[in-house]
Amino acid sequence: MSATRDRILARLRASRPAQPLALPVLDAHYTPRARNETVAERVARFRAGIESFHAEVHLASEGDWPALLAGLCANKGVQSLLYGADTPAGRRLDASAFAGTTLRPWAGEIEGLKADLFHRVDAGFTQTLGAIAETGTLIVWPSEAEPRTLSLVPPIHFALLDARAIHPTFFDAMRAGNWAAGLPTNALLISGPSKTADIQQTLAYGAHGPKELVVIMINTEGDVQ
Amino acid sequence: MSATHATAATNSAGNPSAGSAPSGNRASGRGDARPIAFVSAQALRERMHEAVNDPHLRKSFRGAMDFLMAKRAAQFPDESELDSLRTLSEGIRQYSLSKLPDLLEQLEANLTRNGVQVHWAADADEANAIMLGIARRHAAKTIVKGKSMVSEEIEFNHAMQAAGIDALESDMGEYIVQLAGEKPSHIIMPAIHKTREQIARLFAENVPGVAYTDNVDALIQIGRQVLREKFEQADIGLSGVNFAVAETGTLCLVENEGNGRMCTTVPRVHMAITGIEKIVEKLEHVAPLFSILTRSATGQAISTYFNMISGPRKPGEKDGPEEVHLILLDNGRSQAYADEQLRKTLQCIRCGACMNHCPVYTRIGGLAYGTTYPGPIGKIVSPHMMGLEQTHLLPTVSTLCGACGEVCPVRIPIPELLVRLRGEAQSKPHDNPVMVGQGAGYSPLVSFVWRTWARIYASPGNYRIFSWLASRFRALTPSRQSGWTAARTPLTPAPRRLRDMVRDRQ
Repeated sequence: MSATRDRILARLRASRPAQPLALPVLDAHYTPRARNETVAERVARFRAGIESFHAEVHLASEGDWPALLAGLCANKGVQSLLYGADTPAGRRLDASAFAGTTLRPWAGEIEGLKADLFHRVDAGFTQTLGAIAETGTLIVWPSEAEPRTLSLVPPIHFALLDARAIHPTFFDAMRAGNWAAGLPTNALLISGPSKTADIQQTLAYGAHGPKELVVIMINTEGDVQ
Repeated sequence: MSATHATAATNSAGNPSAGSAPSGNRASGRGDARPIAFVSAQALRERMHEAVNDPHLRKSFRGAMDFLMAKRAAQFPDESELDSLRTLSEGIRQYSLSKLPDLLEQLEANLTRNGVQVHWAADADEANAIMLGIARRHAAKTIVKGKSMVSEEIEFNHAMQAAGIDALESDMGEYIVQLAGEKPSHIIMPAIHKTREQIARLFAENVPGVAYTDNVDALIQIGRQVLREKFEQADIGLSGVNFAVAETGTLCLVENEGNGRMCTTVPRVHMAITGIEKIVEKLEHVAPLFSILTRSATGQAISTYFNMISGPRKPGEKDGPEEVHLILLDNGRSQAYADEQLRKTLQCIRCGACMNHCPVYTRIGGLAYGTTYPGPIGKIVSPHMMGLEQTHLLPTVSTLCGACGEVCPVRIPIPELLVRLRGEAQSKPHDNPVMVGQGAGYSPLVSFVWRTWARIYASPGNYRIFSWLASRFRALTPSRQSGWTAARTPLTPAPRRLRDMVRDRQ
């Protein structure tokens, strides 16, 4: 097939412009539209956005979020909660005990727990890298400790967010984190539970991914109620 | 309306193509992945006539297009923001195309470094052969598919079925269309032509153990149950690509349902296929393109998922495919690239806004076009993929009202390109054509008529003589005037010319 490759490239080279066009300047679009908002305003914008996509947002503090998560699991009847063990949040859960919910740290490769993941786990818990205020979006970078399917296969996804990591736009998040220097195997933006409008434009939640997205937001600056 | 419980056996009996389907497909416990009927663009007129006379279809499309137009408009309350974002998006697409061969090499190098295997395909046959090779190497029986218009373009499902491999659509709309043995009628909302009741009947008749229900939530849950089992078991997942980022070697996918993530995460092998044009240089270039894509397409501020894939599972990672393949498909794109004006076709980010706003698409629906990509974008891209012999009528299926060009997020001058393609199709065949099939619609008579018309109207002297003759001999005007008189009274010149009446008044 390398003959095909060479033919395609040769054909494109033969007709491309002699000089490439000038590199587009993204700042010319984004800079004049930057908002000088407080953290509280940004948090409120994120919250309004993601709630409009049918996600729940609960406020917590650094100290009490495991207790809040325990209460949410009890309310939702979650019997089995899967989470990544070797993370700061995972270590907090390792040290916790939920009444009525089995806390299950992810162990081994997916091949060994596929059946459980698809049929027996009620909820997955992940940390987040941050969020985007403009659209109401979580940024999730799966890792060795927090595999990709944690936020995809179980019917409920609990996501822990630090309000200080909310960026105004996707563009700002990429720039601030210098994403171009290196992305993980898989990086995700998540805006609500899975949904579809493929039947007569009628919106239905719980298509193939989670049916519920629950955000636990740690807000150290407080006062955003 | 029957609400009967249908078994797989009655389905097979009622399905004319079931006899030729490999038996492995029927064991999958759903409607067979029937071969897609190939439709020729020459039968276009007949199909359009049928479509405009189908009141249900007309109602489905009118309602859906009004809905999508209103949703898009609500996403762009600020004209100046839209204007600036369109200019930026157009600039990024044109910049990327201006460096296309270099960016493709950069993408290939970075993907290879990341552990992704890159393949190149000149046409549909090569692309299918590459993917069949991968499937055979893994002894794959089932391939579960995320939504990919390029896979439709190459008739992937048909090619896999011919080889005894079950290719199953998992996007809800695509799943419905596949169950019905049809093709998508819209590039974003494939089952837009079907009513809730039709889908309810389809499920009851084709999904074993399912009773009739026309509750949308219940129908989606049925689809979810059937397809979750497939995600869990499938050997290979297939996806398209919305943007390929050269500098990082990243494949970006836009979706709402989570099936795209399932297909690219759960099976051991992920195959992605994309046209060679869907490439950007910088990661940050995807930010404005992604924003304008979802807002233009479905009027969503953002889709539920934006999935950025930069490689297969690394040592230490606990899930994700062990192999990732990318197939870069040409299939006529390099022909469009070769001409500066036609190259603009390749700016497209496949949002579908042009079809949502097209008065012709709204009236005839997506299936009447007979091409994978319907609507205005289909009319300008299909001639490169299929040649003008099959598609020379397509550019004429337009009123040139300009709505498509006005809403295009990357400012493709679609009406201008339609006029250009009409010229390519109808000009006298010559050596060194820019397009395959140039002159396929050439008619010496039509050509003579228009050349004469041009000669008369371009010269005041000729026009004066012609109009004098026309008004004096108006009784000789034919009463049947080709397509015009099919639904209208004949055109007859006035007894006196405007010129004559003005002279009388002076």
